[in-house]
Amino acid sequence: MDLNLSDEQRLLRESAERFIAESYDADHRRRMANDPLGFSPAVWKQFAELGWLALPIPEAYDGLGGGAVDIGILMEAFGRGLVSEPYVATVVLGAGLVEKCGSEQQKQGILPRIADGTLKLAFAHSERSARFDLSKVATTANKTVQGWRLTGNKIAVLDGHAADEIIVSAHIHDHQGPSGRIGLFLVPAQTPSLVISDFARLGGGRACNIEFSDVHLPEDARLGDGHDTLPAIEWAVDRAMAALGAEAVGIMQTLLDATLEYTKIRKQFGRPLSANQVIKHRLADMAMSCDESRSMALRAALKVDADPIERARAASGAKAKIGKCSRFVGEQSIQLHGGMGVTEELEVGAYFKRLVAFDTLFGGSAHHYHRHAELGRKTVSA
Amino acid sequence: MDLSFSNEERAFQAEVCDFIAKNLTDEMKRATALTPSVFSDPDIGMAWQRALHKQGWGAPGWPVEHGGPDWTPAQRWIFETECARAGVPNVNVMGVKMVGPVIIGFGSPEQKNFYLPRILSGEDYWCQGYSEPGSGSDLSSLKTRAVRDGDDYVINGTKIWTTHAHHANRMFALVRTSDGPRQQDGISFILIDMKTPGITTRPILTIGGDHEVNQVFFDDVRVPVANRVGDEGKGWTYGKYLLEFERGSGIASAKLREGLRAIADLAESDLTGRAIDSPDISTRISEVEVDIDALEMTELRVLSALQTGQNPGAVSSILKLRNSEIRQAVTKLGADVIGHDALAVEPMRPLYKLNHEPAIPEDMLTVIPEYLNGRAYTIFGGTSEIQRDIIAKMMLGI
Repeated sequence: MDLNLSDEQRLLRESAERFIAESYDADHRRRMANDPLGFSPAVWKQFAELGWLALPIPEAYDGLGGGAVDIGILMEAFGRGLVSEPYVATVVLGAGLVEKCGSEQQKQGILPRIADGTLKLAFAHSERSARFDLSKVATTANKTVQGWRLTGNKIAVLDGHAADEIIVSAHIHDHQGPSGRIGLFLVPAQTPSLVISDFARLGGGRACNIEFSDVHLPEDARLGDGHDTLPAIEWAVDRAMAALGAEAVGIMQTLLDATLEYTKIRKQFGRPLSANQVIKHRLADMAMSCDESRSMALRAALKVDADPIERARAASGAKAKIGKCSRFVGEQSIQLHGGMGVTEELEVGAYFKRLVAFDTLFGGSAHHYHRHAELGRKTVSA
Repeated sequence: MDLSFSNEERAFQAEVCDFIAKNLTDEMKRATALTPSVFSDPDIGMAWQRALHKQGWGAPGWPVEHGGPDWTPAQRWIFETECARAGVPNVNVMGVKMVGPVIIGFGSPEQKNFYLPRILSGEDYWCQGYSEPGSGSDLSSLKTRAVRDGDDYVINGTKIWTTHAHHANRMFALVRTSDGPRQQDGISFILIDMKTPGITTRPILTIGGDHEVNQVFFDDVRVPVANRVGDEGKGWTYGKYLLEFERGSGIASAKLREGLRAIADLAESDLTGRAIDSPDISTRISEVEVDIDALEMTELRVLSALQTGQNPGAVSSILKLRNSEIRQAVTKLGADVIGHDALAVEPMRPLYKLNHEPAIPEDMLTVIPEYLNGRAYTIFGGTSEIQRDIIAKMMLGI
């Protein structure tokens, strides 16, 4: 039992925090908010040079073989800078799915290119009618003579506009009809029949909706051998939620630090706001929320490779708790900044919006408390 | 980073489980489950303390030279967790966990030789004389006065919320020996034999129907000066040192988890018409479970820091506050889970020695008393409001 950072992890944290402090300032964020790409290819290249894109990729595929805790260390620093590069889409979700489901050839062909920064992925899974249920997929992949025909509509595809290849989930219909299995298909972003509508994402970065109408794909577009990929999708999304939870911790901590400073400087009725007990207690509650969130993000990361129910309960518990805490910390940061907190002149609002996006992504607190409860009952009855 | 235990730690865990299996009687277990106050009564609590002492585990936090077992923080964690899981008696902490460390830290050699073995063996039973009717959160405003008269102090005044004063043969108390420029000055830490003439104890019943706390009156009570711990007038320093022990032994999540498990079992039982089938109840159980997970991780983070000799810092001040709030959430959930059976409150004590058939199933008997008495968790040992002041000061510097 040891929750202390290793020397390597300490170095990772220091270099990530230094990079964010030195290269990722408010001006950069403002530029990115108005940029059609939403992030900087130069920064992405630096991520590659620093080894961050290789971090969780297995060593056999030119990666560093890091774990979810290492991803979390990086993501917490990213949160402090409100990083908008497509790290979760490409490295956490994309590379994770390829690692879990891809054939040896696919892994050899894809993972080293993610590690060196030359390939970006996105994961198109969510659909309007599924809400947050990962098992509900209406998109279909019909077996054809030459390969597959993909039809369906995907929403909220993180960084899909910037991806070289999009991993799309679909129900497999083979020659016998519906198979009951969900498959994953690699679709080149340049495929002419894709209709990609991208938009600026709440809180920074971009996302898109994608229409697939009779998109023809070769046989080898399918990741892996046709096994049901739902368990891998659940693993990948749980791991992504742990990573996003760590990012939320960095965002919350930044908001807490800024709010604390502001309440010490801002004077009303002849004394600093922070001299009032009601303000002190609010900030104490915000500090506790940050710390509880830090514990839950770490817990979810440590259980990423535990048995599926334990992993899923840890991920849902963390998502629910951090979601609740992040709304509280974000809303109170605005409240304590007064009128200025509601303006675009301060960055408080930008950080808050990223937290709102975090709480919504892959399901809000209510959804995840419910999932946690359902999975708990499965454990009991098993 | 790793959440799992080493082979040595797993072997120790097996040793603890084995000890519990051999020493925890069904009677102790049932009495503990049916005690809706903070501590077990002395007959149950001290029987367990004697068993621990015989094993050399009577005082896990003490240095080896005074009889501590020299455990690592991880071993203490394992011990506390297994004890909570098994439902061992809740030994009154006033001796081993509170006055013991103060005597070890600041007592004379004579005091150490006399008192420490008697705490370990359970021969002495201690209570704490801190709060007064006029001094709650503002503890250092206390007025109970000790006036020097030859080799004695003569004590007059009153103490309140004195847990188990009606069982205790000794009290450690903060008394005013002089008036300094600050109200924290002039307070002394003194050990009092409860059989000394002039001491009277008045029971105070709490809203759950339990007699756990008391008011204690001192009328010209003569206590030898030799019973003062440390320097005259430095009692506030010693008392604060002790309060740190009261606020966080740092291992509370295991007990909370067992409390929640008992409520979840009731919710899954036909006795409550399967309350858990209501999505509201099942989601609330998850909410509390997740809060316990967060507290447990924070405890483990503190423990990891301690293992490597680092100072965990102000994070530990969060532990008391969250522990008390989550405990209340567990008891509140219990009150909602049992539905109409919340209306039947059994007045007889102890609940494990009833001489009649109670109106509701035995598993529910403590639910409402625990909810009601449990309102005190956010009041004693420093109210939640005081804890937030401390967090603001220590963690945020405001």
